[in-house]
Amino acid sequence: MPAINESLALYSERFILLAGIAYAIAFIAFTWDLVQNSKTTRNVLQQSQAAAGGQVRTRETVAAASRTSAASGAGFTEVATGPEGRAERPASRPTGAGAGAGTADDSMRYGSVRRNPARIAVALTALAALIHAAGVVCRGLAAGRVPWGNMYEFCTTGGMVVAVVFLLVLTRRDLRFLGTFVVGLVLVMITAASVAFWTPVGHLVPALQSYWLVIHVSIAVMSSALFTLTFAMSVLQLLQSRREAAGADGRTDRLPFLRLVPSALSLENMAYRINAIAFVGWTLTLMFGSIWAEKAWGRFWGWDTKEVWTFVIWVVYAGYLHARATRGWTGARAAWLSIVGYLCVVFNFTIVNIYFSGLHSYAGVGS
Amino acid sequence: MPSLPPPSAVPPSSAVPPPAPQQPVEKKFVPSTSHTSPDDVALPRLGLTGTLRWAWRQLTSMRTALFLLLLLAVAAVPGSLFPQRPANPSVVTKYLQDHPGIGPVLDWFKLFNVYSSPWFSAIYLLLFISLIGCVIPRAIAHYKAVRSTPPRTPRRLSRLPEYGTLEIPAASEVTPRQAMQDAAAALKSRGYRVDLRDADGERPSVGAERGFLKEVGNLLFHTSLIGVLVSVALGGLFGYSGQRVLVEGETFVNTLVGYDTFTPGTSFDSNQLEPYSVRLDRFQVTFDRESKAHYGQPLDFNATLTTKSSPTAAEEQQTLKVNDPVALGGTSIYLVGNGYAPVVTVRDGAGNVAFQGPVVAVPTDGAYTSLIVIKAPDAQPDQLGFVGFFLPTALQDEKGVAFGSDPDPFNPQLNLNSFYGDLGLDDGTPKNVFTLDTSGLTQLNGRDLDAGGIVLAPGASYTLPEGKGSISFDGIKRYVALDIHHNPGQLAALVFAVLALAGLVGSLFLTRRRVWVRTGSHPDGRTMVEYGLLARGEDHRLAGEATAIRKALAQRWLAEPSEVAEDSKEAQRSAGRVDATQDGK
Ligand code: HEM
Repeated sequence: MPAINESLALYSERFILLAGIAYAIAFIAFTWDLVQNSKTTRNVLQQSQAAAGGQVRTRETVAAASRTSAASGAGFTEVATGPEGRAERPASRPTGAGAGAGTADDSMRYGSVRRNPARIAVALTALAALIHAAGVVCRGLAAGRVPWGNMYEFCTTGGMVVAVVFLLVLTRRDLRFLGTFVVGLVLVMITAASVAFWTPVGHLVPALQSYWLVIHVSIAVMSSALFTLTFAMSVLQLLQSRREAAGADGRTDRLPFLRLVPSALSLENMAYRINAIAFVGWTLTLMFGSIWAEKAWGRFWGWDTKEVWTFVIWVVYAGYLHARATRGWTGARAAWLSIVGYLCVVFNFTIVNIYFSGLHSYAGVGS
Repeated sequence: MPSLPPPSAVPPSSAVPPPAPQQPVEKKFVPSTSHTSPDDVALPRLGLTGTLRWAWRQLTSMRTALFLLLLLAVAAVPGSLFPQRPANPSVVTKYLQDHPGIGPVLDWFKLFNVYSSPWFSAIYLLLFISLIGCVIPRAIAHYKAVRSTPPRTPRRLSRLPEYGTLEIPAASEVTPRQAMQDAAAALKSRGYRVDLRDADGERPSVGAERGFLKEVGNLLFHTSLIGVLVSVALGGLFGYSGQRVLVEGETFVNTLVGYDTFTPGTSFDSNQLEPYSVRLDRFQVTFDRESKAHYGQPLDFNATLTTKSSPTAAEEQQTLKVNDPVALGGTSIYLVGNGYAPVVTVRDGAGNVAFQGPVVAVPTDGAYTSLIVIKAPDAQPDQLGFVGFFLPTALQDEKGVAFGSDPDPFNPQLNLNSFYGDLGLDDGTPKNVFTLDTSGLTQLNGRDLDAGGIVLAPGASYTLPEGKGSISFDGIKRYVALDIHHNPGQLAALVFAVLALAGLVGSLFLTRRRVWVRTGSHPDGRTMVEYGLLARGEDHRLAGEATAIRKALAQRWLAEPSEVAEDSKEAQRSAGRVDATQDGK
C-alpha cells in the first residue's frame, strides 16, 4: 500500500477552496445573466404581450382545427416529434414575442445572440472545474487510490463530475439556463464536504479495497450527475408549462427569467434523452453493485438499505420511461417522476449514507 | 431563395379523400390500451369470459404496468426503514422488545419481512404477469411486422415530421422508375428494408423501414427481467448458505453439523454438501500505523487456509481475504468478520478442569473491545459462568475503569464478572452462546461486590471466592467469521441481466424509422422527387437522417436542391404551405 502523502492532501484542500471561490463567482455571473435577461425581455414582453397572447390563441385554434379536419396541414408544423399521445399536444409556447432578446431556442443549440454574463459564467465554471479536478486528482495521488472512499470524497469528486458533465453537455447544447442551479449545487456539495464531511486523507478499509469500487461508484456518480441535469430541466419544465398556460390565457408573465428557458416540450424531450442515458448508467450501477456484493458478502442481492434505495431509484426511473409511453402520463406527470427519482438519488446519497446503518456503512462520517 | 416545386410537380392528391387526421402520427405497439376501447363500458353484459378478458386487458395495459412499477418502488421503501428478519433477526427481536405496542402490529403487516411478505410478492408477481401478458402479444405483432412489407406510401408525404423535395433536371434523363430504383438502392445501403411500388405507374414510390431491432431490444429487455426473477427464485430453492466461526487451528468440515447456522433453500438436499474441509492456520490483521488521523484503522485482513476438497484429497494452501472469496466444492467461502478468542481454563471447586479452550469474543468497536461469555456447565458442584469483556490494549481512565485503546494486542486484558448456579442449559432449549442468562445464577465477582471484578493478563489466573474454582487466561488466538454460500441461480441471473442490459440499450438508442420516396414527371421533363420520414417513438435524430438521405439521393442524381435542406422545419413549414394550396383547390 503506497504511503499517504499529507502535503499533497493539503494542496488538494487548497485547490478545492479555490475552486469554491471560482464557482461562487460563476454562480453570481449565471444569476446576473438570468436577471439581466429578465430585465431586457420584460420591456419587450410588455410591449408584445397582447400580440403574443393573441398569436398563441390563433395557433391553438389552428392546431385544434388540424386535428379535427384534414383540410389544413399547417397544424403539423406545431407538432414536435414525441411519443404517442404527446405528439398531439401543440407546442403552446408563446413564441415570437421578444425572440430577439435571448430567448432560448427549442433545439437548445446556441443562438446568435451573445450573452456576455453567461459567457463569463461558463468560462469561470470551466476554470473552477479545472482547479476542482486538480484538487480531486491531488487527493487521489495523496491517498494512492481512487478518491471516492468516504463522504468527503464522494462529495468533492461527485461535485466535480456534475460540473464536468454540465460543461461537456454545454459543448453540444446551450443549457446555460441551468448554470445557476448546477453551479449552485456544486457549491453546496463542496461546502458540505469541507464543513460537514471533512475526513483526513487515508487508506481504504478492507471492505472497499476492490476494483469494483472504481467501476461501480464512478458509474453511479456519473449517472447521478446526469440525473441532476434532468432534475433541473423537469423543474423548469413544470414552471415553464404553467407559464405557457398563463401566457395562453393572456395573464402576465410572473417568471420572466423563464424566457431564457426553452419551451416545456423541448425541456421534456431533452430531459428524456439524458434520462435514458442515465438510466442505462444506473442499470449498470445496480448490476456492478450486485456483482461486487456477491464478491464481498456472498450474495448478489440482500435488500441492504443501500441496495433497497438503489433499486427504488431504478424502478422510479423505469416508471418515468414508461410514463413517457403512456397516454395521459407524459408532460407534467413524467416530469414529477423525474423529480421524485432525483429526490430518491439525493436521499440515497445523504440520509441513507449518514443515518441508515447497513453493510454499506462506511461513509466515514462520525467514526 | 430556392424555388419551391410548382404545385403541379407532384400530381395533386385532392382527388382522393384526405387521410384520417391521426394517420401520420403512428400509434405504438401497446397491445391493450383497454381504457380507450369502448367496450370497457359495457361491463355488465360481458359475461364471465368477457369479464376475464376485460380484467386481463386491464392488467396488461401500459397504465397498470406503470402503476405497479410505482407501487413496487413505494413498497420497497419500508424494508429500509425497519430492521429485516432475514438480515438482522436480533435487531428485530430487540425492536419488538423496545416497542411492545406498535411492534406486533408492524410484525402483523410483515414490515420486518417486507421482501417475502404477501403484499410485496403480490405486487411483483402481478407486475410480471402483466409483463408476460404484454410481451407475448408484442412479440407476435413484431414477428408479423418484420415479415410484412413496409406500410403503403401515405398520400401526402408532406404531413410527415420530415419532408423534402428534390428535382432531377431533365438533362439527366432519369425516369421516375429509374429514380425509384436508385432511391431503393440508396435506402437499402443505409440499412432499410425497401419495397418498390407502382414501378410502372405514373407515380412510383418506395416504402422503406428500418430499426426492427429496437423492438427486439425492448422484448429482450422485458423477457430477460423474467429470466432474472426466475434465476433468483431457483437460486433460493436449490441454494443454501451457512455461517461458521473458525478459530486459528480449527477445522471446518462441510457437513450440516459443521455449521453454526445453516439456511437451506426449500429444495435443498443435504447430499448436495461436498465434504470438503477448511483449516484456519493463521489470521493476520494489519492496522494503519502511519496515519495520525486513521491510526489503528484496519488495512488488511488475511486468512491462511489449508483446504482439502474431499477427505482423501491432498492438502492445499489458500489465502482468503475480504472481497476475495475462496471457491470450494461448489460453494464460495467469504471472510465476513473476525475477532479475538482468548484461551482460558476454568477449574471447578473440585479442582478439575471444567472448561478449556478458546472463547470467541464479539468485537463492539474499532478498538476491538469485545464482549465475552464463558460457560462451564461441567463444573462441580455448581456450574460456573463468566461475562465481561476482552481488551486487546487496555488502558485505565481517571476512575480506574479499563477501556480498550487499540485493536492490536499490546496489553491484552480480560475483565470478568463470575457467577455460579444453574446456567439453564440442561432443559434442552437452544441458548445463545453469546449471552449469559443470570436468572438461575448467583454472582461471585463484580465491581460492586466485595470480591471485585476479575482482571486477568495473559498467563495469570484467579481463584474464585467461596472455593468455587479458578480461571486462568492462557493466551489469545484470532478467529474469522465465515459465510459459505451456494447459489446455483447466480450465473443465470448474471446472463439474463447482461441480456436485459443489451436489450435496454437497443431499445432506448436504436431508432425505428420509415421512409417513403415518391416520384412523378413534370411536364417540362424534370423528374420530381418527394420524400417523407416518420419515426416510431422518440427520435431526435430524424432530421439528421432526412438530411443524410437527401444528400445520398442528390449525389446519385446530381439533383438540384429545390429548397434548403439544412432546416427541415423550414421545409416542413413550406411543405405545409404547398399542401394548403393544393387542398385549397
Ligand atoms: C418488471 C417490470 C418492468 C420494468 C422494470 C420495465 C422497464 C422498462 C423500461 C426501462 C423501459 C424503457 C426501455 C424501452 O423503451 O424499451 C420499458 C419500456 C416499455 N415497457 Fe416496460 N418494464 C416493466 C414491465 C412492463 C410491463 C408489465 C409492460 C406491459 C404492460 C411493459 C411495457 C413496456 C412498453 C410498451 C415499453 C416501450 C415504451 C417505449 O416504447 O418507449 N413493461 N420498460
